Amino acid sequence: MTDSPGTNAGGSPSMAGRAPSLEARGMTKIFGPLVALDDVSIKVEAGSFHALLGENGAGKSTLVKCIMGFYSPDRGQVLLDGKEVTIKSPRDARAHGIGMVYQQFTLVPSLTGAENLVISRADAPGIIDWGKEKKALDAFMDEMPFRVPLDTQVSGLSAGEKQKLEILKLLYLDQRFMILDEPTSVLTPAEADEMLGHLGGMADRKEITVLMISHKFREVKAFCDHFTVLRRGKFTGAGDAKAVSIPEMSGMMIGDTTIRERASRKKGNARGEVLELAGLFAEDNDGMPAIKAVNLKVKAGEIVGIAGVSGNGQSALVETLSGQRPLSDGGIFIRGERFEPKRGHYDRFKVFGLPEEPLKNATVPKMSVAENLAFRSFDKPPVASLGWWMSPGPMREKAKELIAQYRVKTTSPDAPIETLSGGNVQRAVLARELSGDVDVLIVANPCFGLDFASVAEIRSQIMEQRNRGAAVLLVSEDLDEILELADRVAVMSGGTITYVSPIEDTDRNTIGQYMAGH
Amino acid sequence: MDHPIVTVLIAMLGGAIRVSTPFMFVALGETLTEKSGRINLGLEGTLVLGAMVAYATSYLSGNPWLGVLAAGGAGVILGGLHGYICKLPKVNDIAVGIAFMSFGTGLAFFFGKPFIQPSAPHLDSIHLGDWTGNPALAQALEVNPLFFVGIGLAIAMAWALKNTKWGLIVRMAGDSAAAAKAMGVSVDLVRFLATAAGGFMAGIGGAFLSLYYPGIWNQGLSSGQGLMAVALVIFARWDPIRCIIAALLFGAAGAIGPSLQAIGITQGYYFFNAAPYILTLVIMILSAGSKGAAREAPGELSITK
Repeated sequence: MTDSPGTNAGGSPSMAGRAPSLEARGMTKIFGPLVALDDVSIKVEAGSFHALLGENGAGKSTLVKCIMGFYSPDRGQVLLDGKEVTIKSPRDARAHGIGMVYQQFTLVPSLTGAENLVISRADAPGIIDWGKEKKALDAFMDEMPFRVPLDTQVSGLSAGEKQKLEILKLLYLDQRFMILDEPTSVLTPAEADEMLGHLGGMADRKEITVLMISHKFREVKAFCDHFTVLRRGKFTGAGDAKAVSIPEMSGMMIGDTTIRERASRKKGNARGEVLELAGLFAEDNDGMPAIKAVNLKVKAGEIVGIAGVSGNGQSALVETLSGQRPLSDGGIFIRGERFEPKRGHYDRFKVFGLPEEPLKNATVPKMSVAENLAFRSFDKPPVASLGWWMSPGPMREKAKELIAQYRVKTTSPDAPIETLSGGNVQRAVLARELSGDVDVLIVANPCFGLDFASVAEIRSQIMEQRNRGAAVLLVSEDLDEILELADRVAVMSGGTITYVSPIEDTDRNTIGQYMAGH
Repeated sequence: MDHPIVTVLIAMLGGAIRVSTPFMFVALGETLTEKSGRINLGLEGTLVLGAMVAYATSYLSGNPWLGVLAAGGAGVILGGLHGYICKLPKVNDIAVGIAFMSFGTGLAFFFGKPFIQPSAPHLDSIHLGDWTGNPALAQALEVNPLFFVGIGLAIAMAWALKNTKWGLIVRMAGDSAAAAKAMGVSVDLVRFLATAAGGFMAGIGGAFLSLYYPGIWNQGLSSGQGLMAVALVIFARWDPIRCIIAALLFGAAGAIGPSLQAIGITQGYYFFNAAPYILTLVIMILSAGSKGAAREAPGELSITK
């Protein structure tokens, strides 16, 4: 097929009826000893909105990367509109009209939207006549269901706008088979619904075919028509997304793994105020305000969940609490005393934390598991005598104990912590942070990218700390997590807290509206 | 017209035009390289080698413009080597740059020994100020064609970075290698070519040093101008037009010492001669604290990552 992308940009006469169908048969991909994809088949009808479900590591990305030509499968074939095609590189995929939106944006931040679109074309002219291109882009945008400012630098666009621009780029390049990798993770519920609604509409009109990787059942039920489930590299089910129930789908995803009972919530657990954030201000790396006048109180025995779309200051807030970012104004108080994020104060006030991306923020990747587990205690007996003489013996003993207690899977306490899987790094950090007496616990996106079993376990650990009387501040981009765990919910938008409510007096829609900044 | 301040100002104007040209070329070359996402600290070496090759070629062939071209060629070779080595896995461009700084100067000293004594034909200048009837002004306005070439190059580069496919590809490689790769652009090739082209420009800057001003070849010729030009790129925030302005500013600062001496102020001569170096320091400190500069830096540079 030589339909060069871009020739249709700026107004194809008819977009309808051009949606392709795609089928992958018997796809197998082996990496050394690991069978990442084992004889998986998937059939996506023309004009369907197909969900690809599965836990992390189930093989979803491997499958789409094989379709996109990033990997060459060891076995299997891809059929486009019923005819077999060979895709050896992303370039081939592009030539066949197959495009993908990645979780990490592939737009160039310093270029404008228009520059990004034009340069993405294979036939971009050597010398760009901006007058002519702008006219063509305007005509193209007129046909699109949503619009994005094309004259601003991409770095100045919101996450939602970037996501839309990525999708516009695929349409601009005439790529009518779209693979979307968790496209709504950076969007507010309203933005997500709007975008998925538009894509669903285009699919209904047979303009495009969509294959969406997701693990949000709500979206799959609301927008998709078909689904395929993978588990541990194998096909475990497929069907009509409207007809199959959520428990059935999640059964296909997690199989028969037994999940640890969730710690139940003790009622009326909250006591006096412990943590108070008073008018916190901080700047981002470019000197722009990252958080503005954040005020929040957390009681003992209570979980306060901070909801919000990624990039609204939550990371900066957690960084100020963990001493990684200086406050430009305001103060943190614990039981009325000023708290400075320094080692001594963490000890004195019994403040512990589980930051996001623990491998980056809470460990030294190349140091051993035992050493990482000792970060809180290496200067105290029994590990240290006189405050400076460290003995590795007690350190290893303690580490072995924690490894067993928290079921951290590691080859030995001496293995570098970076060799552990994501869930096990998270467990190791949790073991370190929860092994002492906890008064204040600061948790950020604790379950990001973990499998069901680890998620349940980590959430019940957090709940246990609450029941024991710790004041817990939970920052999460996963609204379901907050709805499940929090006693009170606070919404962060534009760097400040815009809404606080007890969890029983609010609902998903209200929270969503505040997340969107209304 | 004989007022000392006027004399100093005229001398500084002349100095700005004369001294700025090598800064301009090196800074433009470095801008192109850094826009593609790589830093070439070795341009000091390229500058010195360019000066030597230009002088030798001009002396042996009798044609100074052939010397300019040969200097550019030497720059392409050094830049290309830098670009090639940096694309090998786990190679740090800054370390390679420092090695190339020594390599370029060393090579120039080694091959340049026999050319220190003989005198080579120089580049001619355009007399723009003869009509003024003021000898000082006329001398200040003797401008080398390379000065205009540099300005033209800056304008062309600024235009090309916005309006051509290749310009956008260079910026793409410099700002988001992942995005460039996803589009099928070979980031290594883009950077290799940008580094080689940057070397070409720096080599021409060297030719100006040995064939026009000061117009000699010796080992102390450059005295760190190539390094200062790299600092200047940060000050100019990776914008070719601002590079020109910054180069003129450096040139004028460099002319303070000699021009004050010309009107009889000898006190602090060495201090004023150090003006460009002090300016470099001050600029580095100011721009390190400037958050605006951090925003405009290409995202792939190893110093900003």
